[in-house]
Amino acid sequence: MSLIRIKINGIETEVPSDFTVLDAARQLKIPIPTLCNHPLLSPYGGCRLCVVEIKGIARPITACTTPVSDGMEVITSTPILEQLRKTIVELLLSDHPQDCLLCEASGDCTLQELAYFYGIRENRFDGKRRMYEDNDKNPFISRDMQKCILCGRCVRICDEIQGVHAIDYTKRGFDTKVSTAYDMDLDCEFCGQCVSVCPTGALTGKQWSSKGRTKDTKTVDTVCPYCGVGCQITLHVKDEDVIRVTSSPKSHNQGLLCIKGRFGYTFIRSPERLKIPLIRVVDKKNDDFGNGNIKISFKEASWQEAIDYIISNLKAIKDKHGPDAICGLSSARCTNEENYLFQKFMRAVVGTNNVDHCARL
Amino acid sequence: MEVIFIIGSNTKETHPVVANRMIMAHRKGAKIIVADPRKVYMVRFADVFLNLKPGTDIALLNAIAHVIIKEGLHNKEFITAYTEGFDEWVRTIEQYTPRYAQDITGVDKELIIKAARIYGGSRRAGIFYTMGITQHSTGTDNVCSIANLVLLTGNIGRYATGINPLRGQNNVQGASDCGCLPDMYPGYQRVVDSKARKRFESRWSVRLSDRVGIKSTEIPNAIFDGKVKALYIMGENPALSEPNQDHFLSAIKHLDLLIVQDIFMTETARFADVILPSACFAEKDGTFTNTERRIQRVRKAIDPPFHAKTDLDIIISLSEAMGYPMPYKTARDVFEEYKSVWQAIAGIDYEKLNLGGIQWPCPDYNHAGTQYLYKDGFPKGRLRFTITEYERPSKPSSIDYPYILTTGRDLFNYHYGSMTSKVNEIKSITGNPYVEINPHDAIEIGLSDGDMVKISSANATVILQAKITERVSKGVLFIPIHYSTSPVNKLTADGFDNKTKTPQFKACRVKIERL
Repeated sequence: MSLIRIKINGIETEVPSDFTVLDAARQLKIPIPTLCNHPLLSPYGGCRLCVVEIKGIARPITACTTPVSDGMEVITSTPILEQLRKTIVELLLSDHPQDCLLCEASGDCTLQELAYFYGIRENRFDGKRRMYEDNDKNPFISRDMQKCILCGRCVRICDEIQGVHAIDYTKRGFDTKVSTAYDMDLDCEFCGQCVSVCPTGALTGKQWSSKGRTKDTKTVDTVCPYCGVGCQITLHVKDEDVIRVTSSPKSHNQGLLCIKGRFGYTFIRSPERLKIPLIRVVDKKNDDFGNGNIKISFKEASWQEAIDYIISNLKAIKDKHGPDAICGLSSARCTNEENYLFQKFMRAVVGTNNVDHCARL
Repeated sequence: MEVIFIIGSNTKETHPVVANRMIMAHRKGAKIIVADPRKVYMVRFADVFLNLKPGTDIALLNAIAHVIIKEGLHNKEFITAYTEGFDEWVRTIEQYTPRYAQDITGVDKELIIKAARIYGGSRRAGIFYTMGITQHSTGTDNVCSIANLVLLTGNIGRYATGINPLRGQNNVQGASDCGCLPDMYPGYQRVVDSKARKRFESRWSVRLSDRVGIKSTEIPNAIFDGKVKALYIMGENPALSEPNQDHFLSAIKHLDLLIVQDIFMTETARFADVILPSACFAEKDGTFTNTERRIQRVRKAIDPPFHAKTDLDIIISLSEAMGYPMPYKTARDVFEEYKSVWQAIAGIDYEKLNLGGIQWPCPDYNHAGTQYLYKDGFPKGRLRFTITEYERPSKPSSIDYPYILTTGRDLFNYHYGSMTSKVNEIKSITGNPYVEINPHDAIEIGLSDGDMVKISSANATVILQAKITERVSKGVLFIPIHYSTSPVNKLTADGFDNKTKTPQFKACRVKIERL
């Protein structure tokens, strides 16, 4: 790809010819505020916050939709540009609930940051407000459309990357709203990509509602426990509980997740988790194996009892029938370290190569 | 990637984030070919959809090869430089005309030609497959047929090409790498290779067996034969995942000792003698290796519940009780030993992994990892074309069992459900266990959507709700594998691929009746 010379705020640089002015500024680490722009999505030019001045063009122009051209000279910040940006934020806030005290996104909201940055306490604009209720009954995604600033990131990610197009703009003008067909409850793949790109609190996860906001949680980067794509996920932890899952845009999966990765984490603290070793007390000949109450087939045991029971039986079987009478099945959901030790246990301690896992299933 | 050829993979539902990438590539102009017995979601983005009958993959792939050769689209330089057995193989491809394949696969010959031109016409084309290719009695030959196409076009060893089996579980790759295989030590070193065995004997200070172990799918018969008396299962639920469930369950009842180590009371754990409560992914440290051989750090976020312990701690305790000390303090200590026995990961450690995942091979510390294999040629020498022939099913379609059942996953659930079935929100949208049936078949049987039906194979019967949909072709049924209340593996027979002992889950003869 050919390179193009361009000057931003007096700094000369060379950028690929398919860059926009916004891309070029970001490469130079020059900040330009945006709401509707997202690196994975097509340029939209909806929020107008990224307006810049370009020499030879009479009016301010959006950096996100303007391709670079040779010799272009760009100024990203002037008093007029900042006033324009402030006005845009004021207009957005004039029809935005002042709900930061309770909003899930507080501390993780681009609109809130912009209001802070531009020092907007009083609003010059008064007038009609959009009044919508979030009455979508789907179990995953809360859609508070009063907080929507119509940046369209959710619409684009659902269409361009998820390929579902479950939502789009409906109506016109002031009544414009991001909605499903016929304004029905969301019935989609529930990947939550829309939640991950929403710059405000309009789209949030129902599972983490009121459990703790981003700034109040400890985050731990790890790997999704489901399929083999191995998406990187971030667990948000509060009070020894995982209360939310996100994924960094810097991850190899670019911050994209599916329903299982994003919303399928509550099994971690399921009340059905096994918590104590169990030893069988009902003879297998007489057991119905859980058609009735499975609990009565076992008694709770200490780790020492369980291990003693296993070792005495394993040793007896090994002595009587040889090590090849013992088989081990390992797990594609355990770590490498656990799998390594498991096969080492079977081979070096039990003395057999009867070890396999579920690669065929 | 210019061309994405998806065969036997329901990528949009089973690997949704890979599908995201495919859709992004498609928007940039990549062509997509989908071959599947079901109209899977990726068909929406496909330039060609090859709706083949279950179990006819070899005929389809050979016909694609046939057209590529006939039209001169094959990569002659690559074939001459890197392969062997081409001439011999080409002779066997001669009979696989599009017309011949159309009769076998049910795919219009024009579509076969179109797909061949797209795939054969590109030198930046990748093939993606999953269990739709492997879980057949001809699984190995299916994979070889794919490999033949790759050799024919030279679409390997370069960026945006290759054969890409998408791994179904987050650490299938890792569990295989680590040597949880009956014939391999860690790093795919063979147990029958005396040099490899000596290396591990000296590393572990113990004599090792030189006998290849038995494969998981062979365990039930080995129990019935009296050869296997004890089974130690860590984090698997074979009561649902193995074929022919009744056979499997009656086998494990005969064990003298069944140890199940898991996070839930699984269907398998119910048959155990001892159950050990273990930690889930969020409660431990370690690494997972994804489908691209990318080793990534797993980090502990919270403690395991109550008395549950990590699998690592449990194995260490058992080993020490058996009189073999395992003095590891952390997962990192185990990783250090693991990397010392396998050159391909020798250059990886936890510090490096903290900066991001690394794709093996990474043989030394300054190596950045390997994004794709065979960039520098093929270490084992020339690549051989493998002759694969379509064989009509050994058991002809019978009047008793006129439908072909295929199994798989749906979007919302995962595998045999031990995790997703415990997520209430997911449970609330998935509804009842179901079977997909084509509208024409539904009319013939007199079924309405939502009716309860009885599906029977030669093995057993399950009851499910009918979902009438054109996703499945006439004569084909689909049942998702996730539901423990109507376990599809009651139905599946014990047909296997002879070489790998992979069960034939994707083509099982059944009948359907209205309840």
